[in-house]
Amino acid sequence: MTDISQPHTPDTTNDQFRKIWTSPRNLFGLFMTGLTGLFAAIAILPLAAIVINVASQGLPLINLDLFTKLPPPPGLSGGGLGNAIVGTLIVLGVAFVISTPIGVLGAVWLSEFGRGSKIAYWVRFSANVLSGVPAIIAGLFSYTIVVMTMGTFSAFAGGVALAVVMLPIVMRTTEEGLVLVPEEVRLAAFGLGATRFETVSRVVLPAALPSIATAVTLALARAGGEAAPLLFTALNNNFWSTDLFRPIATLSVQIYFFAIIPFKPQQELAWAGALVLLSIILIVSIVSRFLTRRKSY
Amino acid sequence: MAATSTPPESPEVAMIRVRRNLRYYLDQGFYYLTMAFALAIAITLVWIVIQIGLTAIPAITQFGLGFLTSTTWDPVQNIYGILPQIYGTLVSAIIALVVAVPLGLGIAIFLSEDFLPTYVTTPIAFAIELLAAIPSVVIGLWGIFILIPFLRPFYTFVHRYLGWIPLFGTEPRGNSLLTLGLVLAFMILPLITSISRQTLVSLPPYLRQGAMALGATRWETILRVLIPAGFSGIVGSIMLALGRAMGETMAAAMLVGNSNRINISLLEPGSTIASLIASQFGEAGRDQVAALLYAGLVLMILSLIVNILAEIIIKKFQNVER
Amino acid sequence: MIMTRNPQPTPKVVLQVQNASIFYGSFRAVRDVTMDIYANEVTALIGPSGCGKSTLLRCFNRMNDLVPGARVEGKITYHGKDLYARDVDPVEVRRRIGMVFQKPNPFPKSIYDNVVFGARVNKYKGDFDELLETSLRQAALWDEVKDKLQESGLSLSGGQQQRLCIARAIATKPDVILMDEPCSALDPISTLKIEELIHELKQNYTIVIVTHNMQQATRVSDRTAFFNAEATEQGNRVGYLVEYDHTSVIFNNPKQKATMDYVSGRFG
Repeated sequence: MTDISQPHTPDTTNDQFRKIWTSPRNLFGLFMTGLTGLFAAIAILPLAAIVINVASQGLPLINLDLFTKLPPPPGLSGGGLGNAIVGTLIVLGVAFVISTPIGVLGAVWLSEFGRGSKIAYWVRFSANVLSGVPAIIAGLFSYTIVVMTMGTFSAFAGGVALAVVMLPIVMRTTEEGLVLVPEEVRLAAFGLGATRFETVSRVVLPAALPSIATAVTLALARAGGEAAPLLFTALNNNFWSTDLFRPIATLSVQIYFFAIIPFKPQQELAWAGALVLLSIILIVSIVSRFLTRRKSY
Repeated sequence: MAATSTPPESPEVAMIRVRRNLRYYLDQGFYYLTMAFALAIAITLVWIVIQIGLTAIPAITQFGLGFLTSTTWDPVQNIYGILPQIYGTLVSAIIALVVAVPLGLGIAIFLSEDFLPTYVTTPIAFAIELLAAIPSVVIGLWGIFILIPFLRPFYTFVHRYLGWIPLFGTEPRGNSLLTLGLVLAFMILPLITSISRQTLVSLPPYLRQGAMALGATRWETILRVLIPAGFSGIVGSIMLALGRAMGETMAAAMLVGNSNRINISLLEPGSTIASLIASQFGEAGRDQVAALLYAGLVLMILSLIVNILAEIIIKKFQNVER
Repeated sequence: MIMTRNPQPTPKVVLQVQNASIFYGSFRAVRDVTMDIYANEVTALIGPSGCGKSTLLRCFNRMNDLVPGARVEGKITYHGKDLYARDVDPVEVRRRIGMVFQKPNPFPKSIYDNVVFGARVNKYKGDFDELLETSLRQAALWDEVKDKLQESGLSLSGGQQQRLCIARAIATKPDVILMDEPCSALDPISTLKIEELIHELKQNYTIVIVTHNMQQATRVSDRTAFFNAEATEQGNRVGYLVEYDHTSVIFNNPKQKATMDYVSGRFG
């Protein structure tokens, strides 16, 4: 019956198209649909577990002291993470000051001037590769160029390391925001006799400002959670410090150190710190998601 | 110079001639500034490799390539090798891929097909993306105090009934390559899911129609046409995930046990390059820092290879499609 | 057979459309179509853009199921069986009622894999090589590709790709082949080849073809259905069947003025 010059002759019964759920093909499809659905459920589980566990462990420990006091000496209870919270903000401030101008203006070149050029291709390529480079490498880099030259661990060195983490994120997401600015807007500005600088600074950047702000905020949130680049740049500090050129405590490094020492009060502080860090990051991610979604429609 | 005989320029021509005034220089300056900043990112990438390489020179000259094959890490004698760390990095990354690739690909398919309405799939997709936003130090903390106690009975069970397989041949400890691999799997899952999903969604609709019109079921269409067509995008996402798993530091330092040994059993503690650097750098002396930088250079090169390959594969896919 | 009514006994009805309307969500795209499609004939659907002829075609093998919110009211039967009955498996429908698309859409696989794709998913038990050769011969492509069966289907020219897609449809052993403007992306020579092919295929298959090209309709089809679109009160356009008859009648002696205007080019 392999002669296909004769077409299929349909049988005249009305059953010919009945969907047979037990046929191997349909069973296979049902199985696969169920399996992948199960996978999706499994993937949500750790997120839910982490959020619930961190909240239940950390919430009882949230009080004013957490934000205003120094950590207690090993083994003693009480105290807070006040210096680490301030330290995280300072280090992020340094990283912001370094990475935002470079990232945003670099993105301006990519989207406004270099579009389609060979150089732009390689810059984008480097940005993508750099965003895949392990965060701890950024720490080593900052160690060799800042800590070794200045002879001391410092908040500034931590900021440099985080800037390396932030830079590719800021540049690529800003570029995506700039590309969304309609071409007519640029043409209109050029048509009125504006220079490239005037077009970008007065028209394109303001139009893309919400998406740039989102990009920078997301990059800050991501960097704020990083501990690896800070371990041997900002190091740690058990006391209050706002000096850029001395070691400084940060929330993420503090969580790490408190998680691996065997004292209950410190471990509790680690959970409380984790809750603070996680809440900020999740809130920023969720809010920016809604902002950008509204933007795109 | 023939300036003597040049007739005077008409005012209209003079108007449109380039004038080198402040406005002109501002514009030129702006252009080159932005270009310099764009190039800065490429320079940074190269600079990182060179800087770490240069600082590691003392260790490189002392240990040479033997660094990669030696299992000694002795800060007292100052003799260093990172074979156990290379082994641990690769094994934990492979465990992570074995778990995360089927899971991530399955989810990508589930979310890109209309099995469920979008008001269900969009939140699921977003929740999986959020998983990527959780700081790894928080995941490490959670792993130490929640996940390891939770996994212990499973490990005991696996060891009791599958202990004859060398991979599960030792008494389970909480901190192990297997624990790290499982945690890494969930850390790289969002990456595999989102890139594979984008790849599947961006396939031209005629591929699906063509297969359906030939009487293929939905799943036959997915497995025989869509996945092969999007293969390079999917491979690219797996490579990126591999790079991410190899370089993950905090979760590794907190969960792998930091033991400088190679053991065939996945239930034994191990070490990765990143966890070695994170756990040793703080107390390291001069020579040890050089050795750690050498280890960092090895990690950087591994991650560069993986990431560059991933980029090339993904670019190739995009070029074919556009 | 000029001007003679019913020169031969009416052939068997394969597809029967009874009072069908097609909706996308609440929007009605096609209304109240009633027509029969006969075995071993070529039926052409013609009409201006947006008149719903492609939409109707896609309902014959339930490809419209892939469009969210699409639904059919009325009845479309295949050998008497309601295609939209609850117990009908659309996958089986598409195997029996194949489709060739406007743009050639070979899979990014080898020529060989393209042709035997349908046979593979349908667990065909026979000889694949034989199936391949017969299908490619029927699609008049065998001689051109027999030495490069392992090359990608995308390496062929546009006309060859379209014949490959026809071979691919034939290889699933369908009963009906639907063609949605199969030549609109092709050059005149490739078009001619496809038209010759349609003539050949008619002996074994029932063919329904949507075309923009009226010359093509007169060249290939036995019967022609002319569709038109009209504005509704909501400001949408809804397609409807104006006239359906033997092709010679539609083009030489239509009963409706709109048909006459359209086929003589005095339209719109």
